[in-house]
Amino acid sequence: MLKALNKTGLVFFPAFDWAISPTHPEREERLLYTQDQVMEEGLFDIDGIHEYKSEVVDIKDVQRVHFSYPDVWQVMTESHFISAGGAKTIARAVMEKSVNNGFALVRPPGHHAMRVVHGGRGFCNVNNEAIMLEYLRHAYGVDRVAVVDTDCHHGDGTQDIYWHDPDTLYISLHQDGRTMYPGSGFPQELGGPNAAGTTLNIPLPPYTGEEGFLYAINEVVLPVIDEFKPELIINSAGQDNHFTDPLTNMLFTAKGYADLTRLLKPDIVVLEGGYSIEGALPYVNIGIILALAGMDYSHVIEPGYDPDKLKQTDSITQTVKQTCDTVKANWAQREAIGRSMRGNQEYAERRRNIFYDTEGIHETQRETLRLCPECSGALKIDSTSDRGAHLLAIHIPRKACNNCWDLGRQWYESANPSDYDMICLQDRTEDSYQVKEK
Amino acid sequence: MPMIIGLDVGGTHTDVVLLGENGLEKQVKVPTDTAALFNTVLTGLEKITENVPADEITHAVLSTTLTTNAIVQGKLSPAGMIVTSGPGIHPEAFRTDENYFIVPGGIDHSGREIEKIDPDKVKAAADQLERSGIRHVGVVGKFSARNPVHERQIAEILGDRFDRVFLGHRISGNFGFPRRIDTTFLNASIYPVHRNFFEAVSHSLKQKGIQVPIHILKADGGTMGFESSIAFPGQSILSGPAASVMGSVAFAPDYTETLILDIGGTSTDMAVLIKGVPLLAPHGVDINQYKTLIRALKTQSIGIGGDSCVRVIDGELKIGPDRTGKAMGYGGSDPTPTDALFVLERSVGGDRGRAIQGIEPIAAQLGLSMEEAAFEIFDKTCREILAGARQMIADINSKPVYTVKEALQGYQVNPDHILVLGGPAAYFAEHFENISSYTVDTVPECQVANAIGTALSRTTCEITLFVDTQKGLATAPEESFSQTVDLHFSRVDAHRMAADLLKQKAVKLGAQTQDIETELLEDLEFNIVRGFRMMGKNLRVKQQIKPGLIHDFKTISKKIADSCVR
Ligand SMILES: [Zn+2]
Ligand SMILES: [Zn+2]
Repeated sequence: MLKALNKTGLVFFPAFDWAISPTHPEREERLLYTQDQVMEEGLFDIDGIHEYKSEVVDIKDVQRVHFSYPDVWQVMTESHFISAGGAKTIARAVMEKSVNNGFALVRPPGHHAMRVVHGGRGFCNVNNEAIMLEYLRHAYGVDRVAVVDTDCHHGDGTQDIYWHDPDTLYISLHQDGRTMYPGSGFPQELGGPNAAGTTLNIPLPPYTGEEGFLYAINEVVLPVIDEFKPELIINSAGQDNHFTDPLTNMLFTAKGYADLTRLLKPDIVVLEGGYSIEGALPYVNIGIILALAGMDYSHVIEPGYDPDKLKQTDSITQTVKQTCDTVKANWAQREAIGRSMRGNQEYAERRRNIFYDTEGIHETQRETLRLCPECSGALKIDSTSDRGAHLLAIHIPRKACNNCWDLGRQWYESANPSDYDMICLQDRTEDSYQVKEK
Repeated sequence: MPMIIGLDVGGTHTDVVLLGENGLEKQVKVPTDTAALFNTVLTGLEKITENVPADEITHAVLSTTLTTNAIVQGKLSPAGMIVTSGPGIHPEAFRTDENYFIVPGGIDHSGREIEKIDPDKVKAAADQLERSGIRHVGVVGKFSARNPVHERQIAEILGDRFDRVFLGHRISGNFGFPRRIDTTFLNASIYPVHRNFFEAVSHSLKQKGIQVPIHILKADGGTMGFESSIAFPGQSILSGPAASVMGSVAFAPDYTETLILDIGGTSTDMAVLIKGVPLLAPHGVDINQYKTLIRALKTQSIGIGGDSCVRVIDGELKIGPDRTGKAMGYGGSDPTPTDALFVLERSVGGDRGRAIQGIEPIAAQLGLSMEEAAFEIFDKTCREILAGARQMIADINSKPVYTVKEALQGYQVNPDHILVLGGPAAYFAEHFENISSYTVDTVPECQVANAIGTALSRTTCEITLFVDTQKGLATAPEESFSQTVDLHFSRVDAHRMAADLLKQKAVKLGAQTQDIETELLEDLEFNIVRGFRMMGKNLRVKQQIKPGLIHDFKTISKKIADSCVR
């Protein structure tokens, strides 16, 4: 009988009764063919592969990460609660050592969802990985974590949530933002002044193949992780780099994804995007599962696979190499970069415009961060949407120093309710979430 | 009123019952001769039909352990396997034995051909099989339940070079390539045993002038015509646990959930009924190293029963999971829970003096009086059985779900009633009630409940229909059914088509029309979108005849229950 070398946990939640719209790429049958393939392969019968039933996250799990306007119920459907719950289930199985690693095959995805949520962005409403990770920090005291995002789109939501967190290394590999939604994720995006260098972006040119992806993994991702020494490695496994994906232009393959998984050795894998629901997802998912389980995946060869046709050009190889060199150099100089970002200031400000493509909402943010030598800094976000919503979101980080804690509290208490539709305080030191309304 | 014969081959005894308008009309017990199961069955049938006018018997249902034993004892006839596989796990991982051939060919999840068959490779495999003296062959392709074309092409190439060729898609419409390989292999391997059995039984009954339709009990607690079973000999395996569950169904309330506990010598078999309907295992039955797609009731066994060895380890009482033989009160060598019952004078028939000899040292080690020790043993046995049952229920409730609706309104099994059957059922029943919140009953005529259940089971089957309105095709590969449909073919149409196919199949397998109670197992509808345009619909409908008892059972089982009270 087949036996997994690593005990691997799976949660499968295809949400067969949820979709954005009938022809939307993120629709009911997105995981249907994957499920067919998983069942036909008999994966759940393999000794060492355990299937778990997805739990449902609770509102506290969401509030640990997001500021939702007007409230959690308005931005999440039942599917979102279960999808994030699937990630949480797998994470718990890994932490409890019931399995060595695990994969949450869930939808809807989440990596475009930022800290403040006014609606859906890029098919995402809440961030599954962040909800899972902050739960792990709360329940198991996990500290340093690496999140490697291999979705073809830049994981701008996850980047935003961990922008100021020096304990979360966020590395995103994606198709160059000049050619792809959401248009961000360049090497100079390195994280905020208190966490410079723990955000790394590796934009890859269109038509990058297996060679380019695995080069970036070997040359940048693995050495940086080695140095960072995380307790956990999380893979945001978007599968839209596949050469058959209708939304993207990459030349990645099922075998490539499996190789990447074998190299990265993630503890937890959470499915993100991937819209070639017949030609790619079944094969990529099987490849990833077999790689996680330490099993042979050499026979996972999708229809249309032709190594010659899928070979990247020399100029792409050159571009990838240059980008990797830049990222490595930034990583090496991260402390100096952080120092120069902070200068002698007490606060850093950031102004941003955020577009919610699913619902057409425009949000404007003014972010104020205390530049703190002791912690990741108290954070205040003044957010306005073109729908007329105005909120003040205050975040006291998990390991806040006394000064930052006092400041966060003071921001919250002194805010005038008549100036905002909602004032919220997320105090991670005591795992609380408070709302002051008009 | 029908007269039905039910025959259940047990480990030591084979029970045969004749049921009719007066309930249990007649019962006989013949010792099971494991070396000659044919004879056991034939003797049983002979004895039960003695002095019964042959033309009054409506039909007979056999729960045979013949094929099960052949598998468990590794006495399988050699069978060849020819396998095709698309992308995925390497098919070498599912090798059955040396007569296993992987040939080119691939079908994808949507039933599209992604690699063609190579007839020369198939011929080469067939030559090799023939040279090895193989007479029975299984052919299995990945996703053949979606499109069986490759299995059919291979069968055509094999022609009549072998005695029998089993095709994977005919054996189950469910997904599970490795299980389909195992199932097809088992069918091919036990075919000779089953065919010989069929021929012997038919021949011998014919000689006695008895020509009643014979059904066999299946692992899902349903029956199928003996003749149809020749094409699906695998269906006859593991009907033993099913027989005991079906024997309880007749006496279970139809408004609540019931836990069935069949307390045997070595182990206790557990099952759950929801409103009188047994739960099915999600994929199929497992036997030895084989994981199959054979539909089966969800039953679980724990290694604790009346004859489990009782011992004290580090001052703690340990019961089972091993068994060395009979209880000491029946001449065995180790103390058992049954001996505890003798000591407590809750059970008679054994040698109490011998039982006391077994329990005494245990009492001494525990520092208890003999009665106290015997009670401890009995109490612990009951508690461990209940703990095992609770674990099974927790497992059932933790099964993954695939839709929002299921996850949030997920049906949770929560039985409040227990039906006990097996040897000292009554004593156990009383104590289960004392130590739990369950209401507890015993199954009447416990000693022959399995045979009664066998007799009363109805014919079951299931059907899987796939519709792709883009291709304009409705298919049920398992039934060799395919029909063109138009773009407007709806979910309602699919339900109707599946129901028709199911009824036809059931009748062909021997069902009476009044016993055809259909149920929807799966009902999914997806859009087929290519390039952001809706091109059609993908419908998936699975329907079954619910496992249950034949139409006339109520009057019969009531008679049986009444006569027991009397
Ligand atoms: Zn994506
Ligand atoms: Zn601070």
